[in-house]
Amino acid sequence: MQIPRFWRQIPNRYNLIGVQCENCKKVYFPPRIVCPDCHRLSIGKMKQYKLSDKGVVHSYTVIYEPAEGFENQVPYIMAIIQLEDGPRITAQIVDCNPEEVKIGSRVEMVFRRLGEDGKAGIIYYGYKFALVKTQT
Amino acid sequence: MVGIVSYGGYVPRYRITPAEIGAVWGIDGKSYGESLGVKAKSVPGADEDTITIAVAAARNALKRVSINPKDIGAIYCGSESHPYAVKPTATVVAEAIGATPDLTAADYEFACKAGTAGIQTCMGLVKSGMIKYGLAIGSDTSQGAPGDPLEYTASAGGAALLIGNEKVVAEINRTYSFTTDTPDFWRREGQMYPSHGGRFTGEPAYFRHVLTCAKKLMEMQGTKPEDYQYAIFHQPNGRFPRRAGKMLGFKDEQINQGLLTPYIGNTYSGAVMLGLCSVLDVAKPGDRILAVAFGSGAGSDGFDITVTDEIQNFKRENAPLIRHYIENAVEVNYAIYTKLKHQIILREE
Repeated sequence: MQIPRFWRQIPNRYNLIGVQCENCKKVYFPPRIVCPDCHRLSIGKMKQYKLSDKGVVHSYTVIYEPAEGFENQVPYIMAIIQLEDGPRITAQIVDCNPEEVKIGSRVEMVFRRLGEDGKAGIIYYGYKFALVKTQT
Repeated sequence: MVGIVSYGGYVPRYRITPAEIGAVWGIDGKSYGESLGVKAKSVPGADEDTITIAVAAARNALKRVSINPKDIGAIYCGSESHPYAVKPTATVVAEAIGATPDLTAADYEFACKAGTAGIQTCMGLVKSGMIKYGLAIGSDTSQGAPGDPLEYTASAGGAALLIGNEKVVAEINRTYSFTTDTPDFWRREGQMYPSHGGRFTGEPAYFRHVLTCAKKLMEMQGTKPEDYQYAIFHQPNGRFPRRAGKMLGFKDEQINQGLLTPYIGNTYSGAVMLGLCSVLDVAKPGDRILAVAFGSGAGSDGFDITVTDEIQNFKRENAPLIRHYIENAVEVNYAIYTKLKHQIILREE
């Protein structure tokens, strides 16, 4: 990944900063410049919006053939997370076995390593999700 | 009044036992673990490092108070395992908690006491009126060479203390440090694993610094061991802090709550700070706490702390207690441990 590209996405990846269309109040993540519903009416009205870091598992799959850089995490879980604020995002679910995940499981955002540009390159950080455990 | 406004800890979920490690190197790991006073040590997930642990601890600290992160004027991250040799951990934390850009930030390194050095810096900046809040973090994914005695204890975890002078839940009455040039443990630039002086790490290093620091601090404060409800000493294993406490005149009841090494191993820069978090999880107004960190190289930072009435309004429940992390652990075998630590050589594509 290009360093400037990752750097531009830091607010989104670290803190789930998306946008809200002030016209129809719909929330988008990742951010959009124009609302796909309101079109030109949304121009200049897409405001920064911090999404809730909680959601539920909408669907998920277990990966056995890893993407580059994920070899040490096999088997790992990729899920579509339904966030409390509306958007659905694709993210990894960590710190659990595949059998612990269910559709509808409550999850919350955690901050993890997403990858690196080789041993000498930049390390990328950002959101993943973990199951919400009942706190004692 | 300068002190702790909030605190948060984090310990990775995975654990490995001394028996499991010993089996690989042909020694009785169970007995070795018993002699060290360690039942298990924490292991970071494959996507965890000092930065992710620091962020998790910092976010837990901020969940318990409603302060504007932009009011944090300084962040110091202490660690001996910063992921970058050049590029600060503290900047990533600052961005991840929304404290940027109007603040100062830097990384500290002083073996196991780099985090407590950050507390002292934040105290100075708060007391002088230069900043409103300072965030001091101790976080590590410590390394022990495979087969080395350190492998049985070197673990991962971190804690963050928000230092300020408003709504302080625990006042830091005084801090005192004792520092000398003692080469008991070190890691040269470019080396993957640290080296140590074996038994030399005991008497001239750990015990001399911890005991002198604790004694001098109590002398300055006019206190005795019985004046404290809790005492936390650096915990490279489960035995040293108990022995140090006993030599100073503390009883096991004062040590137990802040002694986490038996369950999670030595979290290095996180160790005393996590112990303090565990004590603050249960402390009541008026409780007095003695915390003494030790960093090889060598030095000790001592803190005399009094819990305030403010702790009754404090939202501890907004973030996981240390007990939660201790209880929600998953044991792994040595094979999974090497995978999580990226020690398996993978095929090159």
